[in-house]
Amino acid sequence: MIRKEMIAMLLAGGQGSRLGVLTANVAKPAVAFGGKYRIIDFPLSNCINSGVDTVGVLTQYRHLRLNTHIGIGIPWDLDKNHGGVTLLPPYEKSDSSDWYSGTANAIFQNLEFIENYNPEYVLILGGDHIYKMDYEMMLDFHKAKGADVTIACMPVPWEEASRFGVVIAGEDGNIKDFEEKPPKPSSNLASMGIYIFTWKVLKEALIALKDQPGCDFGMHVIPYVHEKTHNCYCYEFNGYWKDVGTLGSYWEANMELIDIVPEFNLYEEFWKVYTNNDIIKPQYFSENAVVEKCIVGEGAEIYGTIENSVIGDGVVIEEGAVVRNSIIMQNAYIGRNTVVDKAIIAEAVKVGEGCHLGVGEYAPNVYNPKVYAFDLVTISEHSVIPDHVSIGKNTAIVGETTPEDYPDGLLASGQVIIKAGETA
Amino acid sequence: MRAIGIVLAGGNSSKMGILAEKRAVSAMPVAGSYRSVDFALSNMSNSHIQKVAVCTQFNARSLNQHLNSSKWWDFGRKQGGLFVLTPTITLENDSWYRGTADAIYQNMDFLKDSHEPYVIITSADCVYKMDYNKMLEQHIAKKADITVAYTHVPEHGDDLRRFGVLTMDEDGRIREFEEKPETADSSIINAGIYVIRRRLLIELLEKANSENRYDFVKDILVRYRETRLIYGYELKGYWSNIATVDSYFNTNMDFLRRDVRDYFFGDYDGIYSKIEDQPPAKYNPGASMKNALVSSGCIINGKVENSVLFRKVYVGANCVIRNSIILNDVYIGDNTVIENCIVESRGTIKANEVYKGEPGNIRIVIEENDRYRI
Repeated sequence: MIRKEMIAMLLAGGQGSRLGVLTANVAKPAVAFGGKYRIIDFPLSNCINSGVDTVGVLTQYRHLRLNTHIGIGIPWDLDKNHGGVTLLPPYEKSDSSDWYSGTANAIFQNLEFIENYNPEYVLILGGDHIYKMDYEMMLDFHKAKGADVTIACMPVPWEEASRFGVVIAGEDGNIKDFEEKPPKPSSNLASMGIYIFTWKVLKEALIALKDQPGCDFGMHVIPYVHEKTHNCYCYEFNGYWKDVGTLGSYWEANMELIDIVPEFNLYEEFWKVYTNNDIIKPQYFSENAVVEKCIVGEGAEIYGTIENSVIGDGVVIEEGAVVRNSIIMQNAYIGRNTVVDKAIIAEAVKVGEGCHLGVGEYAPNVYNPKVYAFDLVTISEHSVIPDHVSIGKNTAIVGETTPEDYPDGLLASGQVIIKAGETA
Repeated sequence: MRAIGIVLAGGNSSKMGILAEKRAVSAMPVAGSYRSVDFALSNMSNSHIQKVAVCTQFNARSLNQHLNSSKWWDFGRKQGGLFVLTPTITLENDSWYRGTADAIYQNMDFLKDSHEPYVIITSADCVYKMDYNKMLEQHIAKKADITVAYTHVPEHGDDLRRFGVLTMDEDGRIREFEEKPETADSSIINAGIYVIRRRLLIELLEKANSENRYDFVKDILVRYRETRLIYGYELKGYWSNIATVDSYFNTNMDFLRRDVRDYFFGDYDGIYSKIEDQPPAKYNPGASMKNALVSSGCIINGKVENSVLFRKVYVGANCVIRNSIILNDVYIGDNTVIENCIVESRGTIKANEVYKGEPGNIRIVIEENDRYRI
């Protein structure tokens, strides 16, 4: 067996419930991003661009879309004779059959996969951030320090540091202590959830902690290794790194792509982001189309007006429609004379004619005010919006709605429609 | 499988002018994201033909580069696959392909080593969509020796004189072939797609070669029209041959029509091409788009009207692009005006320039200024 120096384990099993109805039917890493991508494309592309050609993707929550998207890894050149990408869902065992109960537990249940490649180092990644990072440089740092664990950290503004897990490290990067969401942080170096472990250290820790319920990297494994050896290092990263865990940050990260020179630049040739798209047809703007500060995916057909928006592959914006400050995902359809203001419209949604999305005054969401904030209209994939209805702010819709679902043709701000049989 | 495919992509066309300096006609970019050969290859793939050969000869670097992987058209199979057949010197042969029949004859082993009973032959410089199985079914039903797909002269009034004109009897048997006639009674033309039994093709090619005849149309179709049963098959729907500057320009402009786009891309049997992994196209303040086709990777800061932009085109501020085709990877500096032009790929157009052609007399712009890297 050819030995791999480092393999990556990508944790993609979480629901990402703070994305509300966007993850009603798909895992967060499979949610569309930036017109043609899905969130998981970013860590997968980073892997292949960093020379990490063996990736295990741990799936659990609603993995159908992830499976079809990743396939055998062709778009990322991860279809390798030895290595490549492997999807790792939980499986039945002779003595026990458990779901993945925590991030580290998921890795523990796949010890055999890692052992197959007999690596020296294991890279642990999450599937919910937008960034470009060279993991090879991080590995060089790890080797230079002779570390047991290296944690990628990013300096965040001090006032925001209390939202993160922060590390307190010395000049040389040696980690002294950790604080989880500290009210008064003593450091502003936030952990990015990206770890390089020396494999024998990780293996020992996973076996030692195997009975720990909900075994988690941040809560159990790293403190355990730190206690034992005090040989954990912090690798400072200063590039663009965006958590897209909430509807607000997801919307913001998309909107940052349309800046004139975006901080996160997809147009650089040397660090391409790859995705699985077999549609490559050109996009079309009609005689009456108006476009103002947008990015538009392949095969979109624009007959109306789009402003400050991210338009996905194969979207149709009909004549007279106006889309502003919105994210329209792949294959959605916006009918004639419909106005869309600040909305996230998921894949293959059909919005009828003459609708108005994002009307009225602010009202907190009745169903889950923490998730559905930011004044956004959020519509789950494959939903249908009938003709001539108005929809307020902080609203969410799942399923094929009919005019009866809109008393007086209106869904007021803060309201939610979840059709029977659907979940949010 | 019932048939193997042969795509003839070796030809040159003097009517392509300086556009042919960079590539064979079959490698010409079409409709924003594709190359001409993609249409034939996608038709093969969508017709479940798994073993396909592409005969290349003239200026094939760009074409071969495009064909560097068979996976885009789903030909990366254990059975069959994509075969690129270039002329080679052997003990028996020391010449280039001397014609379309000779191109196939020189690769006789490809035919002899196959076991599929039929061969579909098509040219790579035509833009069309077709299920070859339907044509094959008619071929079998009619007990034909050769079936030739025919179409009518394209709508934008292409020059009849560059095609082969057919005359058929009531049964659809082709009675008369006229190559490149000065005047013609019929507007029915040969679409360059043929079905023939593999063993018969081998026989006819060997016979033609022994008589030093090398052209498929002249030395097989025309020669055997009396003694063999050659039937026509109507190709319904869009068809265009791109091998002149005007028809190349018009074919691209046709994709500005919704019916043409829906026809080619609308349903699930789409057109495939090499994936280039370009990001979504980006429109900055100042961009204005009217009746325009744009591909991924473009960044637009100016005005674009009635035009087709291929991949990775940068349009500077205050530019006006009108009735033009900009091929892939072109940088256009600020304030430049381009009208009725085809701009060759990988060029850099300086700021504050004006390039104008006339409708019907399209100007080809080739600039090799140093690239300003963004």
